[in-house]
Amino acid sequence: MPARDWESVIGLEIHVQLATRSKIFSGADAAFGAAPNTRACAVDLGMPGVLPVLNREAVRMALTFGLAIDAEIARTCRFDRKNYFYPDLPKGYQISQFDQPIVGAGVMEMEVDGATRRIGIRRAHLEEDAGKSLHEEYADMTGIDLNRAGTPLLEVVSEPDLRTPAEAAAFFREMHALVRYLGICDGNLNEGSMRCDANVSVRRRDQEGLGERTEIKNLNSFRFVRQAIAHEIDRQIAVLESGGSVVRETRLYDPRGDETRPMRGKELSEDYRYFPDPDLLPVRVTPDLLAEARARVPELPRDKRRRYREELGLSDADTRFLTADPDVAGYFEATLATGCGAKPAANWIMERVTGSLNRTGLDIARCPVTSGQLGRLIARIEEGVISGKIAGTVFDVLWEEGGDVDAIIDARGLRQVSDADEIGRVVREVVNDHPEQVEQFRAGREKVLGFFVGRVMRATGGKADPGQVNVLLRDALRGP
Amino acid sequence: MDRKTLDRLTRLSQLQLSAEEERLVLDDLGHIVALIDEMRAVDTEGVEPLAHPLDMDQPLRDDAVTEAVDRARFLAVAPLTRDGLYLVPRVVE
Repeated sequence: MPARDWESVIGLEIHVQLATRSKIFSGADAAFGAAPNTRACAVDLGMPGVLPVLNREAVRMALTFGLAIDAEIARTCRFDRKNYFYPDLPKGYQISQFDQPIVGAGVMEMEVDGATRRIGIRRAHLEEDAGKSLHEEYADMTGIDLNRAGTPLLEVVSEPDLRTPAEAAAFFREMHALVRYLGICDGNLNEGSMRCDANVSVRRRDQEGLGERTEIKNLNSFRFVRQAIAHEIDRQIAVLESGGSVVRETRLYDPRGDETRPMRGKELSEDYRYFPDPDLLPVRVTPDLLAEARARVPELPRDKRRRYREELGLSDADTRFLTADPDVAGYFEATLATGCGAKPAANWIMERVTGSLNRTGLDIARCPVTSGQLGRLIARIEEGVISGKIAGTVFDVLWEEGGDVDAIIDARGLRQVSDADEIGRVVREVVNDHPEQVEQFRAGREKVLGFFVGRVMRATGGKADPGQVNVLLRDALRGP
Repeated sequence: MDRKTLDRLTRLSQLQLSAEEERLVLDDLGHIVALIDEMRAVDTEGVEPLAHPLDMDQPLRDDAVTEAVDRARFLAVAPLTRDGLYLVPRVVE
């Protein structure tokens, strides 16, 4: 049976590390990157006699997320213990939420190939992260770093609404953009700030109900999400076509071999024996807390995209580029606030600014040319003070040395020459100096005009207004 | 409460019991299960499940770093440590 007769059904579980200062149940520092175990306090280590106290900001962030996806918000929710043994989980249980999550059903809107798709979110719940196991360094031993233990996580569970590996990757990307817009996660995939598990099954196109699914664990990049799922779909189809059946299991993706394989050490059927954590009381979501969370919902990516297209008249490609990263969108909007046009601002940011950032490996948040400087620079082009070409020179000076746009233009004598007498003088000179080319033009070779424009621009150091040069040249070439 | 259930429970709890302990635990758990059955017989129709015996809401803590971690003190009570890490018998994924 050819692959087109099969349909894949995909759901994602995305773990979002919340960007709080302290941990979810303790006052230890939650920042990434400290020396091992220097940020694991008695509560995180599960020492006897300690009690968890819930971080208000983690609750607020979960609520902000829930409001952003139009989800049902619980009025009270509860924490449960998920029991399992693993050395990086010192208490022997993870504090999580089982049947009363803080965020209920909602929906995420995203764009795939120009069409809008609405992906259902089943729920999102708060839980604590575990520590890290380091298997490589010590012979016959595993090293445990518990700095990450107790870091707040929001686990977002999608409905199985995704149909292709590309769509799943787009959903992960959209989630990445959303949590960064909301300011609830730093989105740093390299540091594990967002991790994703994928539930994958396939079925024949005419099949009702779902096929047996497998779960692929711990995907931490957009590319791995796409590749791992694509590979798993192919594997399942091959199994079914050869008469076998898919076994429900947890698999790991190995990016080096580009394959998934069953996770070992999971022979014991999972039985987490959830029960309400007696150390924590039910959490009441008060109107105050909800209002605070609502106040922190910014303009969402989907609304921004709509506005950029409809009100600013930007193309789909420009819109996609500018809204993918909230820092880029912020820079763009701050540039617009100086009063320059949207299209030129978009072009400058996508080309010159992004090109320079990529070349130097800098983040737009630390762009040496501020949005204010860029806005003024674009305004000077629009006012005819400098040409676009000269503006590039000014941009480079701003990038290297900083300073004031107008001061740079004046100090370097870059002001565009739009004085008709001045340009006319140069035009006459150039025309007089090249009688041969003048003959060619008069004989109908329009292309020679470019030659003259080039000569005039060179003679004026690039400062002449190109539009004006064209008009004056045509006049002069037409002859007496 | 039977042997099979007890085996499953000890495996999940990672406990190893001697024959004598097994006999005692089996007996204990049998009584506990009987008690639970008795409680289950109570008519709870229309009664909201109780998440916690205290009639209070969870107090929330401001998001501030208040704990300074004295790593040496915590590492000192662990059986084996190296380079600031706790060492455990190798865990294979």
